[in-house]
Amino acid sequence: MDFSSLYDSLALIKPEIIISVTLVLIVVLDLIYDKNKKLVPYLALLGLIVSGIYILSDIANEGFAFKMSATSNKFGLLALDSFGSYFKLLIILTSVLIVFFAKHSVEIENTGKRQGEFYTLLFGMILGMMFMVSASDLIMIYVSMELLSFSSYVLAGFIKLRDRNSEASLKYIIFGGVASGVMLFGISLIYGLTGTTNLYSINAALQSGNINLIVLGFSLLLIVAGIGYKISAVPFHFWTPDVYEGAPISITAFLSVASKAAGFAILIRFIKTAFVTNVDGSGNWLLVPVFDWKTLISVFAILTMTLGNFAALWQDNLKRMLAYSSIAHAGYLLLGVVVFSQIGIEAILIYFAIYMLMNLGSFYIVMLIADKTGSEDIHDYSGLGYVTPFLGVSFAVFLVSLTGLPPTAGFIGKLYLFIALIDAKMTTLAVIAVLNSVVSLYYYIRVLKHMFLTKPNGEVKEIKLSTANVVYVIVLLIPVLVLGIYFSPLVNFAESCLAFLSF
Amino acid sequence: MDGFPILTLLTFIPVIGMIIVLAMPGKMEKEIKYVTLLSTAIQVILAVILLSNFDYSAGGIFQKDSFQFIEKYKWIEIFGGSWIGTIKIDYFVGADGLSVPMILLTALISFIATLSSWNINKSVKGYFALFLLLDAAMMGVFVSLNFFLFYIFWELMLLPMYFLIGIWGGPRKEYAAIKFFIYTLVGSVFMLLVMIGLYFSATETLANGSKAFSFDFLVLMDKANYLKDGILSPLNPHNLRFIAYIALFIGFAIKIPMFPFHTWLPDAHVEAPTPISVILAGVLLKMGTYGILRISYPIFPQITNDIAWYIGLFGMINIIYGALVALAQKDFKKLIAYSSVSHMGYVMLGMASLTTTGINGAIFQMFNHGTITAMLFLIVGVVYDRAHTRGLYEFGGLANQMPVYTGFVTVAFFAAIGLPSLSGFVSEALVFVGAFGVDTLRTLTMISALGILLGAAYMLWTLQRVFFGQLPEKWKSLTDIDAREYAMFIPLTIIIIFLGVYPSAMLNIMNTSVNTLVEFLSVNIGNISIGGL
Repeated sequence: MDFSSLYDSLALIKPEIIISVTLVLIVVLDLIYDKNKKLVPYLALLGLIVSGIYILSDIANEGFAFKMSATSNKFGLLALDSFGSYFKLLIILTSVLIVFFAKHSVEIENTGKRQGEFYTLLFGMILGMMFMVSASDLIMIYVSMELLSFSSYVLAGFIKLRDRNSEASLKYIIFGGVASGVMLFGISLIYGLTGTTNLYSINAALQSGNINLIVLGFSLLLIVAGIGYKISAVPFHFWTPDVYEGAPISITAFLSVASKAAGFAILIRFIKTAFVTNVDGSGNWLLVPVFDWKTLISVFAILTMTLGNFAALWQDNLKRMLAYSSIAHAGYLLLGVVVFSQIGIEAILIYFAIYMLMNLGSFYIVMLIADKTGSEDIHDYSGLGYVTPFLGVSFAVFLVSLTGLPPTAGFIGKLYLFIALIDAKMTTLAVIAVLNSVVSLYYYIRVLKHMFLTKPNGEVKEIKLSTANVVYVIVLLIPVLVLGIYFSPLVNFAESCLAFLSF
Repeated sequence: MDGFPILTLLTFIPVIGMIIVLAMPGKMEKEIKYVTLLSTAIQVILAVILLSNFDYSAGGIFQKDSFQFIEKYKWIEIFGGSWIGTIKIDYFVGADGLSVPMILLTALISFIATLSSWNINKSVKGYFALFLLLDAAMMGVFVSLNFFLFYIFWELMLLPMYFLIGIWGGPRKEYAAIKFFIYTLVGSVFMLLVMIGLYFSATETLANGSKAFSFDFLVLMDKANYLKDGILSPLNPHNLRFIAYIALFIGFAIKIPMFPFHTWLPDAHVEAPTPISVILAGVLLKMGTYGILRISYPIFPQITNDIAWYIGLFGMINIIYGALVALAQKDFKKLIAYSSVSHMGYVMLGMASLTTTGINGAIFQMFNHGTITAMLFLIVGVVYDRAHTRGLYEFGGLANQMPVYTGFVTVAFFAAIGLPSLSGFVSEALVFVGAFGVDTLRTLTMISALGILLGAAYMLWTLQRVFFGQLPEKWKSLTDIDAREYAMFIPLTIIIIFLGVYPSAMLNIMNTSVNTLVEFLSVNIGNISIGGL
């Protein structure tokens, strides 16, 4: 490590530093005010917002941080570019929404004094994700993923009141431990083959030839397994339904959006940095012909969306249903990767922003209903659309958006994915994807059927909403509707964030 | 009419009505109904104004200059990187002889369906808000000249329809609603892929001279705009146009509904409340045939020509199959639903002829089917409201008990059979004349003519079973129709008789456009390589 450029490196990671400082401040505040935890969320918000402003203010900020050495090798552990900044912004935005989410959540409120720990761990996750999205060294990828994982293991089992919490946490640890072990093994093989852990150097080594392709293929499969676990791609998804169902709902929502976004960012960066030799005029990536990424990701995409959608059909628990739905959405998102072009990446960026809005909205409404009725079972939703029309209609919009029907934002997300697919002339995949969205209609609309069409057994209690609840839903609802009709700002922003740091 | 945004108003007046309805407290049921009635009445007035300003000599179809009431605004414009180019989507609406009959029909049927909704008393606010949204979406489909806009309206219609059937429907409403939704969605997702494929195949020249991909129907109709390597470009020898055509066609065929995609229709009709059946049969089914004429025909002229015989074949199957199944029905509403399948077959047969007479007949039949079938469903609604049953064998002798009602029924039934001097006759005759004139369709046309006979059989048999003979004791208390029902029946009856006696009133509207379309097709057939087959 070259320490002469340490100051330059630190200047590049101001947002991450702010998150770290906030983490420490939360611990201190937690110790000072032992009884009263009201201030903690506000401190968390402050840290997030300041960090967000820093990201936004120099979104085009580029450079390598923590260079290996000043002379021989200019590449560093972190590559700061606008692609990473976009994901950091997304993570910060999700975190801000999750802080409010947790503030409104009864189950988090009931943990009383332990709320300090909750936010500390949450910031651990955020920090891990933020390093993840710009990591350009296999060791950095591994370390940041572990930071994310360990915080989330604890948070998944944070509420000790219910058995399934502990079950979720334990399953998560076991699966996660295996996945990261497998990934580490893959990393060690890559190091053995190329003599480096830096993605840029790996790219150069691969281009120079003389690589044992069988060992390389095997090691890449292992690494993909590790990343696939994070984005819950089939067949590495087994933990997802159990953990999503068992974890506190705010953490489920966070895992389903931010953690998945970080996973996708690292998958894209890994392929882009280590395997792409050139980007041609029409935005297509030219890959080093050492590994058949296209087939592998295609198979993952088809399996992930199909299995996610079909498994969701049979779920009665809303959290579990949304867990399978998020698996299916990971499948759609993989379609953006499989085209290996700039437009595919743009589609992913657009989709994630929209997915964040609609998915958080759905989880939030499930939480509001679960807090009042104590149930996440679809049969307990009967007649709810009439007693609380606001929640019913909002949920309808979020679910229609998740299905991908116009005039909601979800349609625009899907539209861009399909545009990327058709542009790459991958019509078979496009057909499979649209048929999948028809399947998804059935389970999303099933919720609405129960809310509006089914006669309830007995009296349905009204769900009283606070102003904060209503505001939260509306804040998510308006962009979902507006982006469905006027999407230029989002697309323009995503287009401006497609720069990867290159050689 | 320069500068007056009449088509936008036609489309968005119901949206304004919906917003007002949503803002009103749910207890003001009567007021909500009047707001809806007012919105649809304004729509009818606007449609009449549109008609009175319509230039009968302008063709439309593929010529931008001869479209009328055009409004074109920049909606989405994204200056992308080199890999995707500029994304430009216009809000582009306009009318020609193809869409004006449909606009008139939509306005009229929506108004009548509002009157027919007067008895709705469950969640009134929700019902009328959804009803108005549905109305706006239907109108939007018929005025859009941009594929993206068209698709948004096309899909926007699904959700209100799902809830209108699912909440206010009959005993098996949930099943019928989801079946409708999934069938239509399967069709429209394929349409989406075709839309994107077409988008990447043709470019238009922007004001600043640069090229941009386009969703504009008119751009897509001109083969000079296509790229050499576009996936759906006729200039590309390895194009997928044939597959795309079939995918698009299935999307429309589900809506028509064409055999074998028709099975959602009887379920949806039987479970839907009367006004929604009226909308469904009166307007929604026409979107399928309208889409084929507006999109499939001019964008894929060569393939249209190649498979026209099959369109005719499926038309014939629809006619005969629908009529045979209708003969076997015991439920009044299901009978009308299958008669609808049969009557939409005539539209397809007329379209398949690719002649001016046949296509004129097809569009006229679309309009007539809209009015006649709407009336038939209202008729079923009237008797169901009173007797709470629709079993054909449970009635008899209603003619004595409800004479005025029976009078309207007779007009509607005879119009459906195709009795001369009623509107249905003219359109069916035109369809047969048009199709018979084409050598390849001659046999199909002759078999299809049997459909008239079968139609007469099930209609007259129904008339006999329900209205003549002995009146069962339990129906002695049935009352004849009231003022509101008069208001629903009279306009439709007048239109049916008027267009039967003076069909030129409607035919003149569409004639120039149909000529333009036929000419456009004949010019383009043979000039475009089909490929992909």
